[in-house]
Order: sequence, then structure tokens, then C-alpha cells
Amino acid sequence: MTTLPSYDAAAGQDMGRDMGRDMGQDVRPRRISRKATGADAVFEHSARAVGASVLVITGGVGLFLGWQAYPTLSRYGFGFFTESAWNPESDVVGIAAVLTGTISIAFVAMVFAFPLSLLTALFISEYAPERAKATLVAMVDLMAAVPSIVYGLWGYLLVMPHAGDLAVWLQKNLGWLPVFDVRGADPDAAVVDASRYVSSSFCAGIAVAMMVLPMACAVMRQVFSQTPQGEKEAALALGATRWGMITSVVLPFGRGGIIGGTMLGLGRALGETIAVVLIISPTFEVKPNLTEIGSNSVSALIAGRFGEANAAQLSALLAAGFVLFLITLVVNTLASVVVNRSRSGAGTDA
Amino acid sequence: MTTTPELTPPTTPTTTTPTTPAAVDPAPTPPTTYLPHLDDDAPPPVPRRSLGRPSPDEQLTRWGPWLSSAALAWLVTQQLLPLAGVAWFVVSWFLLGLVVTAVTAAMHGGWIEVKDRVAAAVVTGGALSVGVALVSTVGFVLLRGWEPLTHLNFLTDDMSGVGPKDAFDRGGIAHAVVGSLIQLGIGLAITLPLGIGTAVFMTEVGGRFARLVRTIVEAMTALPSIVAGLFVYTVFIIMLGQPRSGLAAGLAIAVMMLPIIARAADVVLRVVPGGLREASLALGASRWRTVWHVVLPTARPGLATAVILGSARGVGETSPVLITSGAAAFLVTDPVGGAMNSLPLFIYSNVRSGEEQAIDRAFGAASVLLVLVLLLFVVARLLARPPRTKARGRPRVSLRPRRRGPRNGAPADAHPSTQPLDQPESQDPR
Repeated sequence: MTTLPSYDAAAGQDMGRDMGRDMGQDVRPRRISRKATGADAVFEHSARAVGASVLVITGGVGLFLGWQAYPTLSRYGFGFFTESAWNPESDVVGIAAVLTGTISIAFVAMVFAFPLSLLTALFISEYAPERAKATLVAMVDLMAAVPSIVYGLWGYLLVMPHAGDLAVWLQKNLGWLPVFDVRGADPDAAVVDASRYVSSSFCAGIAVAMMVLPMACAVMRQVFSQTPQGEKEAALALGATRWGMITSVVLPFGRGGIIGGTMLGLGRALGETIAVVLIISPTFEVKPNLTEIGSNSVSALIAGRFGEANAAQLSALLAAGFVLFLITLVVNTLASVVVNRSRSGAGTDA
Repeated sequence: MTTTPELTPPTTPTTTTPTTPAAVDPAPTPPTTYLPHLDDDAPPPVPRRSLGRPSPDEQLTRWGPWLSSAALAWLVTQQLLPLAGVAWFVVSWFLLGLVVTAVTAAMHGGWIEVKDRVAAAVVTGGALSVGVALVSTVGFVLLRGWEPLTHLNFLTDDMSGVGPKDAFDRGGIAHAVVGSLIQLGIGLAITLPLGIGTAVFMTEVGGRFARLVRTIVEAMTALPSIVAGLFVYTVFIIMLGQPRSGLAAGLAIAVMMLPIIARAADVVLRVVPGGLREASLALGASRWRTVWHVVLPTARPGLATAVILGSARGVGETSPVLITSGAAAFLVTDPVGGAMNSLPLFIYSNVRSGEEQAIDRAFGAASVLLVLVLLLFVVARLLARPPRTKARGRPRVSLRPRRRGPRNGAPADAHPSTQPLDQPESQDPR
């Protein structure tokens, strides 16, 4: 810049017009205003339109589900949640069995996924050599990207026979617990009826655990890696062993991440469909026997029944889907609240 | 420190020119560095304990227990107790290894040491078992899917007129691959502009309405994929009376992916440094130009990663396409022309058929799907790398000036002429 137009400070408010006049050129600084003008206005409005359309699409899905679920919910009332049979032909419809099945599968999945993801996250952030860390993180991300049908194949054809053996052993030794009891099968028989021990919530839960694990592990690892380095070094300098440092610094700091990651995984486990459909043999019964053949879940119900459904049955299926959506929504919201709170550093108290 | 190296006082030959005028004569001695040498009378140095790596003793206490427990586990499971089988051996190896580790640690130190050693073993064991599970998944699918993949027609043919029991040299999955790609394309064509546009709206425009949009989008990431499929099925197929088609499947994938991509892109755009935006605005750029020329290019690797990971999720998801697309055994390239197969659906229906040959075909298709997802993943990783590791052709910037002599054709002994500049000539006038 060689020359600057001179103007007194008093005229500063009207800067734009003055400068344009003084320089006698076409170049005039744009007016300073809070309102977007010209291309900016177009940009802002089109961005707002895109946001609004996405709001309509995504919010519309939720509203549509609620709207479609309303006739079913008002017709069956609270009985929709307590009835376990699903016989639309005889007008008996309820989601008690599929809901408990969903929860028991998710429970098994979390029993496997929670300790394994916690240990893996701790290993990656605290124990693994520095050079291997990036590779391990990429492996966990890759694990999250593997399609669920692949885990379904793995669970169905590779793991399920072994899981059946484990279920036999569990009933033999812990059969007094209703969870491991399998009705109609004797584990001490000379030839164990293996078919009673497969296609259960237990087997489906193992496959779902593989899907949930990388998600929970990624969240936990990320929160662990944000632990203040100074606090870790302080613990080591005070003579703590590595495990002492982890229990006194890393775990308290990452508590929010552990809870939040687990709940995010739980939200995924509740909605998982295809692995469950492949593995379970559907029954409509509320039961605590996790290792016994037969289970069900809301998503498996939808996948199995949508084809032959008429309008009323479709509404019932949509109502079941709406309930499932509400549950995962609550779980995910709680998870994100917990994770976000931990990131603010409020979780550093021991 | 056991020995203190005694520094020989340097005789300070140069650098500070002596004040005597006699020292101003030419050829002053060049600056020299003297290494300190140890006192001859000092006792011989004791070898210091290495703090960096474990001593052989520690190595033995770390690995020894696992060796001994392997032998013990073999003895217990295979010889003493009726627990034959690899699974029992591995489980008892791990448990016995923990016990032996605890015992060896207790011989050295106290309870704290025992806890540390056992915890390290448990953490490592947990991570190892996850690794084994991942490797077994990928390995199992690739191994069983290898046989159909050895026939070239598996990738170039479709399944029209091929029965489930036919040999692998007939039929293939070309229709499923093409269908998957078309459906993913439809899904991306919808989600890419909408998802990134929403993210731009949420981060760059802002306001109360943007917060509402963000809340709803975050809530909708909880939507189970099967419910997204059921939504499209109800609206598009039942209410609008359209046939099941690739378009419906693409729409279902789009409904499922849209919140995921919008949310991931929002996270990426939010970490673009505010200073860049302010600098661009301060230079007089409009907000639109700032977004287009500064924010989006800065966030491009992250956006690409978000989109690619979202599509990896979309292409592998079975439940929406199960409901919406229908399965055709032949190649369909028209998205509205009736049922269209896709890779996840092909895998699912073949496994459900229960026919041994069909299951092997399903594994072949699963291998192809896995490789496809892996490719997408690797591309995402490459794009997400920080740019400094990617810059290869850029000239190295070094702090030391390069020797220019030989390249300019000047003789190498031109250097001595620059030598006097290094000398403290400024003191000469004194």
C-alpha cells in the first residue's frame, strides 16, 4: 500500500461511502453490517435450508415412528409392554419377550465387551511400546469398520459350537444359577444334546460383543490419552508402580470415558440386527436362561416379520421399533453427557 | 556418579584475542574443542545400572513364569485332569501363569509389586485375546472364502440360472458387487451434500436453530439401522406404492448414514483453528469465501475420513437393504428397475439357505466385502495422515547453508577466502 486516504475520525462511521468517493474508483470496502449481504446472504440462507432439510429428514423419521406407533400403543395400552406373545392374527401383540431378549443379548455382549475393551484401551494407552501405538489404534478402528454380517458369520459358524460346549460346562458346574440352567437337557448325560445349548442369547451376545468392543475401546482410549502427563509422572515420581499410577491417576481421570464408552457400546448392542438374526432361533418367552436355545430381539422381530405384515401389523412393528429407538436414544444421550462432562476435566478428583 | 570426570581447564587459545598487540599477527590458532579426560588416579569406573531396559534377571522373572506355567498347564490338563483340548490348555496356561507370576513377584517385592506384575499380565492378556478374535474373524472369512475366489467367474458372473449346489465354476457375485456400489452411490449422492452442508451450517452459521439441528442430528445417530430400513419400507414401498428397488435401498442407507456423516463432519469442522477464519475475514474475504477457500480445504482430510468411514459402515450394513431392496439373482443396473441384490444381502441369504456350497459362496462374497471395506479404510487412513508425513517432493530446509562452491563451478579452495570473516576482526582497530 502506498497511499492511504485520509479522513478524520469523526467521519469514521461513514467510512465506506467516504472512501469510495475519495478514491474515485470502483473499489469500495464492503459495508460493515451484521446482516449478511450478497453472496454471504445466499450462502447463509442455503446453509440454513440444508440444515432445515436435514432436520426435517432426521426429525421426520422420529416423528413418523411416533405417529405410526401411536395407534398401536393406544390400542393395546400398557399391555403392549407386558404381553410376551406376538400373534397379530389373534390380536395379541406385546414386546415383553423381545424387549427382555434384546436386553439379555446386550447384557451378555457387555459382560464380554466391557472388560476386554477396558483392558485393550489400557494396553494401548499405557503398556504398548510407543512405536506400536499408531498401528494398534488403527487396528481397533479397522475392527469397528468390519461389517456386522462378517461378525455374524464368525459368531454363527466359528464360535457357536465352542460357545455350546462352554454352555454345557457352565450348566454342569453352575447350573444352580437360573442364568446358566438349560431346561430339557442333562449335562451329565452320556451324549449331551448339544442342540439345546446353541442359538441362545449367550451365543448372539458373543458376536454382538465383537461389534461393540471397538466402539467402547476407542472412546476409552481417547479419554485415557487425555490424562495429564504431569499427573502421571508425578505418581511415578512418588514411587508408584505402573499399575499404581493407573489406579490412582488414569482410571479416576478416565472414569467418565469408561462409563460413556460402555454406554455408547450398549446403544449399538441394543440395535444390532443381522448377527442376532443369524444366530438365534426365535422364541417369544420371557426367560432368564441365557444359554438355552431360543431368544429374540426387537430388531430380529422386525427383520423376521416385516414381509408378511399388513398395515396394522406394520404399525405394531413400527411401535416396537419406536420403543427400541427411544431406549437407544436415552442410552446414547446419557453416554454423551457423561463423556462430555469428563472431558471438561471435572473428573480429575480421585 | 561414581567417578567425577575432571575437566582439564582449557588453555583458551583463540576466540578471545589477547590484549597484547603481539597477538594481532596473522594466522591465529583456530578454535579447538578439548575433550575432558578422566583423572588417571581415579578408581576404575563401576559399570552403571541400566535404567532403560530390564536386566537379564528381570527378563527371566518376566518370561520365566510363562514358560513354567506352560509346562505346568500341559501337565495338568493333558496328563492329570480329564480336560483335554487346546481351549483348556490356553485357559489354564493363562491362570497358572498369573499365579506363577504372582509368586515370583512376591519373592522380589511386596504386595504392590505382585499387583503390578499381575495387572500387567492381565491387561496384556486381554488385549491379546481381542487381537486373536480380530485375526480369527478376518482369517476365518478369508480362508473359507478362498476357494470360490480362485475361480475368476466368481467376480465377473451373476447368479442367474445357477443353483445353490452348482460348482464354483458357474455363477458369481458381480450383480451383488454392482448393486452394492450403486446403492452406496445413491446413498452418498444424498448424504454428501446434505451431511457436509449441515455440518457447515452448524459450525459456520450457528445460532439457536443450528443448536436445535445439532441436537436432533446427534439424537438420530442412535437410530438402529433396521428402524431406518423399516421407515423407508413403510413410506416408500407401502405408502407410495413403489416396488422394492435399489433406489429404496439407497434411500435407506442414506437415512442411516446421514446423521453419522453430519455428526463426524461437524466434529472435523469444529477443530479448524478459529485463527484461520479470523485471518481470512480480516483480509476482507466474505464468509462464503472463507468457508470455501479456508475452512473446507483445511478440513478436507478429516472430511474425507468421515465420509469414507461412513460409507464403509453403509456398504456393510445388512438390515436396511434386507428390508428394502429385494434380492435378484441377475445383474440389475437400473436403480428403479425392481429388485437389486447387494453384497451383505447376498451373504445373508446364502448363509440362511444352509447349503454347504452356498455358504462357501457367502464366504467368498464376505471376503470381497471385507477387502472392499479394508480398501476404503486404508484410503481414509492415507487421507487422514498429517500433511508433513505426506510431503515428499518438497525440498529439505536445513539450517546450515549448503556448500555452493562446487555447483557454481568455483574451486573448492575458494573457502579460505571467507575464513577471515569468522575471525573477530572488529577487535583489530584496538
